Amino acid sequence: MEQSQPPEATPPEISGHAALMIQRFPDGTVLSEDTARPQVLVPKERILEAAAYARELGYDHAESVTGVDYPDQNQIEVVYHLGSYTDDTLNGTILALATRAPREDTPKPGRDSTRLPSLREVFYSVEFHEREIFEMLGVYFEGHPDNRRLLLPEDWADLPPLRKDFAIKGR
Amino acid sequence: MSAQLPPGLQLEKTDERIMTLNVGPQHPGSGHMRIIVQIDGDYIVACDPDPGYVHRGEEKMAEYRNYITNIPHLERPVIHDSCNILYPYVLGVEDLLGIETPERAKYVRVIASELNRCVYTLYWLAIYGIFLGHSTMFMWPTGDRELFIDLLEKMTGARVTHAYMVPGGVRNDLPANFEDVCLRQVDYFEKRIAEYADVFYDNPILISRTENTGVLSRTDAIRLGVTGSVLRASGIDYDIRKREPYDVYDSLDFETNVLRAGDAYARSKIPWLDMMESCRIIRDALSKMPKSGSVRVKLKPNPKGGMESVYRRVESGRGALGCHIVSRKKPEPYRVKLSVGSFRNLIALPYLLKGERLGNMPSVYWSLNYWPVEADR
Repeated sequence: MEQSQPPEATPPEISGHAALMIQRFPDGTVLSEDTARPQVLVPKERILEAAAYARELGYDHAESVTGVDYPDQNQIEVVYHLGSYTDDTLNGTILALATRAPREDTPKPGRDSTRLPSLREVFYSVEFHEREIFEMLGVYFEGHPDNRRLLLPEDWADLPPLRKDFAIKGR
Repeated sequence: MSAQLPPGLQLEKTDERIMTLNVGPQHPGSGHMRIIVQIDGDYIVACDPDPGYVHRGEEKMAEYRNYITNIPHLERPVIHDSCNILYPYVLGVEDLLGIETPERAKYVRVIASELNRCVYTLYWLAIYGIFLGHSTMFMWPTGDRELFIDLLEKMTGARVTHAYMVPGGVRNDLPANFEDVCLRQVDYFEKRIAEYADVFYDNPILISRTENTGVLSRTDAIRLGVTGSVLRASGIDYDIRKREPYDVYDSLDFETNVLRAGDAYARSKIPWLDMMESCRIIRDALSKMPKSGSVRVKLKPNPKGGMESVYRRVESGRGALGCHIVSRKKPEPYRVKLSVGSFRNLIALPYLLKGERLGNMPSVYWSLNYWPVEADR
């Protein structure tokens, strides 16, 4: 005779890595639950842990690192797009792991509060990407051994050029 | 400068034996970039790549133009692979704007980007040849490249800067007799490309200069996050056309080429093998393509995206090419980031050069399939 099971408290539906990340880091925000392109925003204090957890999930290299300036929110966002060469189940999946640094109106790159922990110890492949973001947006990466200029001239003395307040002349 | 550098990049203490050399940015062996090398006798002890001499601020420029007017300038970093560098941008904009591409346009795009891959690879092969002192390998690919340029000119109207991809399809349809001309030239090229092996790839001089030179192990390839031919030469079967097929690549018949050696020879061979697969793809796409139909959907003037960001990627001649577009309900993108294969492969250079002879620098450097203009954007 069939015995009716007591209704179990069903755990919240976990779909994709965005949900897994947010379970581990409840103070983060899911920006997209798409299984191919999960996007998660975590506070900068937890970005290193979040990167280590992404590594556990199978991501092994950074495809791209983007810095985005949000002057209206006084923040600069850095988005790490992580992919996997070794895990075949992650073939078409790119995890966008984002974090935000405070933004200052008169930036002094390397000497102001616009700082983030570097992910180079977790994903070695971010090395040149983080150098590019340091010069283009003025985000200093703590723990990065080589926060030097990469693409800009050595004597560049203007604002970091990808900030929104650096305007192209004539536009 | 040296105290805080990572071990891989460490410019070692300058004692009397060590000499610092600036190779580039005007040196013909370095392209438009500078490579600072430190040598002890003939051996490289440290290397620090210094790109940026052809940085043009493409990403900044993209924030000032709308989604459509961005097309002609975003292809500038690699004008000889312009369809592939526009491909991820166009796919991303289609995602943002919710555009459905007609079936025929998808095939035309694949054909255009494979032709472009051949144009790029032949150009790269010509440079690789001449820097190894092999002038026949400069002449042959440069001559054969004309075939593909002629085909692309028929297709798009321009020899190199095509600006052919647009959101929602391609700019114009194929000319009337394109299929016959294309098949004839692909037939010729498939016979011709086999001869490259006789003069170049089986040449003992090339083999002695590249075999066991600049070996990148499988583990290091993953750790450094290299891409494209560099990755596949180190034994990792990863091609975005297979792993994350875009447009109609999943319905086409082709293989990926993987070699295990990880040395400069393997890295120089993969793009050549890839060109043969490109010929297969072109032939297959021509036969499967719908013979008529629209190649472009009409867009609204000044289309706007929502409040979202997309990341799309394709396999270009130099590996994965990703495009991250952030949209904030404006006709202009808020931020466009191009993650290019050249930039990602650059990180391997200091590793591969350390301990090599200075004379091997060109063979290692150019085997990375590196295009300085693309890396600088």
